[in-house]
Amino acid sequence: MAEGILCNKSPINTKEELYALLNDKSGKQYYQQMKDLEVDGDALWATIQKSMKSRLKTWLEICAHCGMCADSCFLYLANDKDPKQVPSYKIQSTLGEIVKRKGQVDNEFMRHVMDVAWSQCTCCNRCGMYCPFGIDMGVMFSYLRGLCFTQGFVPWEMKIGSGMHRVFRAQMDVTSEDWVDTCEWMAEEYEDDWPGLTIPVDKEDADIIYTVNAREPKHYPEDLAEAAILFHLAGENWTVPSEGWEETSLAMFAGDWEGCKLQVESVYDAIIRLRPKRMVVTECGHAYRATVIEGPYWTGRKSGQPPVETLHYVEWVAEALRTGKIKIDPAKKIKEPVTYQDSCNYIRNAGLGDIAREIMSYIAEDFREMKPNREHNFCCGGGGGFNGIGCYREQRNKGLIVKRDQILETGAKLVISPCHNCWDAIRDLEEVFKIGIRWSFLKPLLIEMAIVPEHLKVQEEEEEA
Amino acid sequence: MYAFVTGPLAWLAFGIFFIGLIYRAVWYIRGLDWKADRVAYTEYPSYGFRGAVRSIFFWLIPFGTRSWRFYPGMTILFFVFHIGLLFTPVFLRAHNMILAERWGFSLPVISDTTADFLTIIVLAAAVFIILRRIALPEVRNLTTAYDILLIVITAAPFLTGLFAYHHIGNYQFWLIVHILSGEIWLIAIPFTKLSHFLLFFMSRAQLGMDYGIKRGGMKSKGLAW
Repeated sequence: MAEGILCNKSPINTKEELYALLNDKSGKQYYQQMKDLEVDGDALWATIQKSMKSRLKTWLEICAHCGMCADSCFLYLANDKDPKQVPSYKIQSTLGEIVKRKGQVDNEFMRHVMDVAWSQCTCCNRCGMYCPFGIDMGVMFSYLRGLCFTQGFVPWEMKIGSGMHRVFRAQMDVTSEDWVDTCEWMAEEYEDDWPGLTIPVDKEDADIIYTVNAREPKHYPEDLAEAAILFHLAGENWTVPSEGWEETSLAMFAGDWEGCKLQVESVYDAIIRLRPKRMVVTECGHAYRATVIEGPYWTGRKSGQPPVETLHYVEWVAEALRTGKIKIDPAKKIKEPVTYQDSCNYIRNAGLGDIAREIMSYIAEDFREMKPNREHNFCCGGGGGFNGIGCYREQRNKGLIVKRDQILETGAKLVISPCHNCWDAIRDLEEVFKIGIRWSFLKPLLIEMAIVPEHLKVQEEEEEA
Repeated sequence: MYAFVTGPLAWLAFGIFFIGLIYRAVWYIRGLDWKADRVAYTEYPSYGFRGAVRSIFFWLIPFGTRSWRFYPGMTILFFVFHIGLLFTPVFLRAHNMILAERWGFSLPVISDTTADFLTIIVLAAAVFIILRRIALPEVRNLTTAYDILLIVITAAPFLTGLFAYHHIGNYQFWLIVHILSGEIWLIAIPFTKLSHFLLFFMSRAQLGMDYGIKRGGMKSKGLAW
């Protein structure tokens, strides 16, 4: 079987392989080698026979070709209603075709399948809500990505991402030491403004274990500080684990199910080791989806639940505001029109639509809903790994117009987006289309608005007077 | 000929229809895999049940879901077509006379005028469904000859039944063709996409359980279909 040095069927398991791939700028050689990557049709068919159960088979078979999924897909809408962007067509012409041909497909076809699986579907699962038969093409595309992964037909960034999880148990090369250092650094950095602020690492039996997205320690460490400040304000007994702190899963976007399992196990191990009462996950959609919604199944937990009760960050915020752990200064509520980006991964796919509205009722005076909203909201345009894949940038940017128009229609200039992927997509859409909007996570806004209790305020030193 | 198509062939057709559907149901349920599907089907029966029922219920009501409301034309076509397909043969006076004669029981019946009306509606809806397939580019691109064939198989008993009842042309001929086409329809159901006769409910229940148990059902009032 012809396989390239960089582009092959084996997942990345060592630092050497990982850095070799990273050094291949934009995956130039990687994609070149992909053109010669042989498809192992027999192995592909064997995988399908083993993993494709009655649910998927039925979905493929009974699709009535009615086209009612068409307008549910933001990529169909963004691409001038191109019939080739109808979800049913996209899955039938890829997965359906592979099954029909019993896995005997060629290299060119597999590269086409890769393009469709990563640039024409973000696995937002919206189409499944619009199909009379309940055929969830997002689920099918996720399965298809898994098949592509076994054959090595994966976008360069996704292969790297999966390798990162396998090597570092994080989506970026952040080691445990880097992480703990960042925690200490942030606590020190903000201690002067917030007396008593700490980021407790590996504290046993805490009320809350807090876990993050590796981008935060790597690129946005202030996000971690903000989380610490809010826990501090709320008087929470919390901790972060030194290992198993990363919630995200590029492995999930890549279709690397083994990598997914390894990543999630590291988090569950931390929970078992530190025995917290609950877990809180940062403002990230797919992290929550991966570790809380899908993760239990990857690791074979029959209950379908992680080892402890887990809250998405918005659930913790809603609770803190509801119970008065954090009090909002009415004078500092958001006065301007503001809208909320419903993340597919924790709104549509985890039922937190009401929670988001509850938060907005506490902090905003002029909350404007996008249309449609809640579980019917459109993908930000960058989900499922779409934001991060260089060779599909043009298609991604085109897809952003649906979200752009939804935001414009609200008249709001501020978009609250408690999801890293959505946050990125909205930042990029401002960069591309310049519609004059701002975007924010909840944390910085809450710190601005919160009433700081007397005992937590900086005490002016009296000698100075 | 009449004796044959209403005798052994009818037994065969109904036999294949019922056994085929039972087989599909058993095959579907046995193929559900909590780990591969990533849904803890049996762990939370009440959430699973609620999710399944909601998922079926809202989709059985015309305009009951956002998708039905989004495509009002298609929704009307769809419901008219399916109501006609199910009601006409089951509650037809002539069919129930045969049932009473052979099995000694019958169901409530609809008047022949109502049956005519429903039949014509079914046929008209079938024509519009085919026209829709041709007219809309997003549907045309999906449509295969197989899709059209299934509509023809489904509509044929209605057209031939209409001819036979109203003695248009040769009664004996149309009666036999009507019975045969009905039998083809019954046999086709378990073997083709027409299996959605049953699998619609199974598939809807599955996704309903997925949302009810795993994707938010335990943290919300339930998905707003």
